[in-house]
Amino acid sequence: MSKIDTSKNNAFLIDMTKCTGCRGCQVACKQWNQLEAEETEFFSGEGYQNPPAMSEYTFTRIKFRDFQKNGQNEFAFYKEMCMHCNEPACASVCPVGAFEKTAEGPVIYKADRCIGCRFCMIACPFGVPKYEWSKGLPLVKKCTGCHGRIKEGLEPACATACAMAISYGPRDEMIKLAEQRLARYPDRYINKVYGKEEAGGTSVIYLTSLPFDELGFKSVTLRPLPGYTWQALRMVPGVFLSVGGGLSAFSWITHRRERLKREQQAEQAELDVIELKEDQ
Amino acid sequence: MTAARRITNEIISYHWFIKVMMLLVGVGVVASLLRFVYGLGATTNLNDTYPWGLWISFDVVTAVPLAAGAFTLGAIVHCFGIKKLEPLVRPAIVTGFLGYSLVSIGLLLDLGQPQRGWHVFRYWNVHSPMFEVSMCVAAYTTVLFLEFLSPVCERFGLHLPLRLLRWIEMPLVVAAAAISTLHQSTLGTFFLIAVDKLHNLWYNPLLPLLFWISAICTGMCIIIIEASACHKWMGQPNEGVLLRTLAKILPWSLGLYIFVRLFSLFALSDGPFFDRPILSLLFFLELGFGFILPFFMFMQKSIRDNDRRRVIAACLVIFGLILNRFNVSMFGMMDPNQIYYPSVIESLVTIGIIAGHILFFVLIARYFPIFEHHPETVDYSIPDHFHKIESDALPKNSSAAKAH
Repeated sequence: MSKIDTSKNNAFLIDMTKCTGCRGCQVACKQWNQLEAEETEFFSGEGYQNPPAMSEYTFTRIKFRDFQKNGQNEFAFYKEMCMHCNEPACASVCPVGAFEKTAEGPVIYKADRCIGCRFCMIACPFGVPKYEWSKGLPLVKKCTGCHGRIKEGLEPACATACAMAISYGPRDEMIKLAEQRLARYPDRYINKVYGKEEAGGTSVIYLTSLPFDELGFKSVTLRPLPGYTWQALRMVPGVFLSVGGGLSAFSWITHRRERLKREQQAEQAELDVIELKEDQ
Repeated sequence: MTAARRITNEIISYHWFIKVMMLLVGVGVVASLLRFVYGLGATTNLNDTYPWGLWISFDVVTAVPLAAGAFTLGAIVHCFGIKKLEPLVRPAIVTGFLGYSLVSIGLLLDLGQPQRGWHVFRYWNVHSPMFEVSMCVAAYTTVLFLEFLSPVCERFGLHLPLRLLRWIEMPLVVAAAAISTLHQSTLGTFFLIAVDKLHNLWYNPLLPLLFWISAICTGMCIIIIEASACHKWMGQPNEGVLLRTLAKILPWSLGLYIFVRLFSLFALSDGPFFDRPILSLLFFLELGFGFILPFFMFMQKSIRDNDRRRVIAACLVIFGLILNRFNVSMFGMMDPNQIYYPSVIESLVTIGIIAGHILFFVLIARYFPIFEHHPETVDYSIPDHFHKIESDALPKNSSAAKAH
């Protein structure tokens, strides 16, 4: 994996205090990526949300949670999507390198390489990659970060559709913007920029007024995930050479010992024969 | 009699057990065809929450250590020079070869795009544990195939390839052990990425090491069970004396496993450990009955020397290993609100794979000399002229071989 300057990556700053839950982003994503509609029921998931989960047909959605505040029913919600990690777990575990962190920011998926092993789905700490379960020869589906659009100088479809909650731009500027807002309105926000350090830093960062765990954000390690497997995998060549070399040396010694023993016995036998002859 | 007629008569003459195995394999083949016709979603209980199920947990993660007997015994006999265990090597190699071939089939069935399996060799990603395991399984299946060719060549009297195979025997044994060390441990590395998903009882940075040591223990136990089963049901001589030697090594490897397991749990993992009663129960079953109990059993000479009790202890280790691999790859990652259990078709495919293993082993044992091979009757020093194997049947070094 080549090193990319992630501070210059494009990133989404999603300010949930400005989100009205209109789901314009959901619709724009479906339209731009030409994703099929899903037949769903209302209230089929955790709350006032539809569809109930991200899927092969839904790359982003507004996730709702009901809660009570001052005896009143309230909604909590956030926009769920691929986090476009700086060091993506999916890219590190994929045996054929079907995922790539691009210099522009999005983590893209090369469908023509994928063998469909679903290791990316196990590895992703945010549960983003989804599978075409209905197909005989399925592939993985996930948010593309609208890589094609941003290479042409456009913003991603969801960011374009959103009235005010999504800002899009270089990651270091987005983090600066988020921290400015936290400093200016400390009583409006929870004092945390989610995505600044999560999973080693992501290209989607959130601000909210409600605790992140209550919203349904997963608690995620701050260490980049590829390091967890690499700390073992980096030893592979050394282990191979030392086990192979060690066993070779060991068997050379045992075989040599055997050969010497055999020769000694043969010599002894010859001596015995000579002695026998001399005796006669 | 025509050839077809002879084959039919031959099959009719088989024992009913072989016929049942054939039926199960047939059902498994049909079930795996359904997977391609109707898709993974319709035929399995896999979904976006459980992308890996029975096929990965058993056919790959569990079947690979169950096939570890070949490399373990190869190293013990040829590298560490405990030559008297040699009669056990060939059955172990056949088991290993069958095991790995079936692992490859299981893995291909589970892939979404099996026709692109070769992409692994084209688009290398050395950061991927899956890449590492795929390369190793491919390489090791080749090694096992070459080792398996020896009885085949003996059966058909092909002297020239036989000599070539004998010449590369030692390099193959060393390669087998080195490659196996890599992929047995890397199967553990798979789950290091599931850092916030796998339960603390199983997640620890030493998973690869634990997978490797437990695979070695399992390899020896499988050989004990296999040799005992061949003695009981296939009319083979009782190898009890040899198995006793093997059972003497087991307390050491099991002890090492238990030590590393407890060390990694208490020194390298963070709690909470016992917050989910079912997982706690599975953990105690796995470690207590699957590893600690057989460790103490193999310490007793009376158990090691008793054919029946030795097999029981070996079966306990196999139970512990299977439960461990399922705990790591399935139960330990389960969401209590949404339980995964395998569908009928998933189960039929896995049963077919197990039946296929037994069936092919029995058939190979029937038609190829895998038990009749007694190394003290074979001269391993290569004569310098061809077509002399039979006339060399009286070995030059028979006295040396017996001296061990």
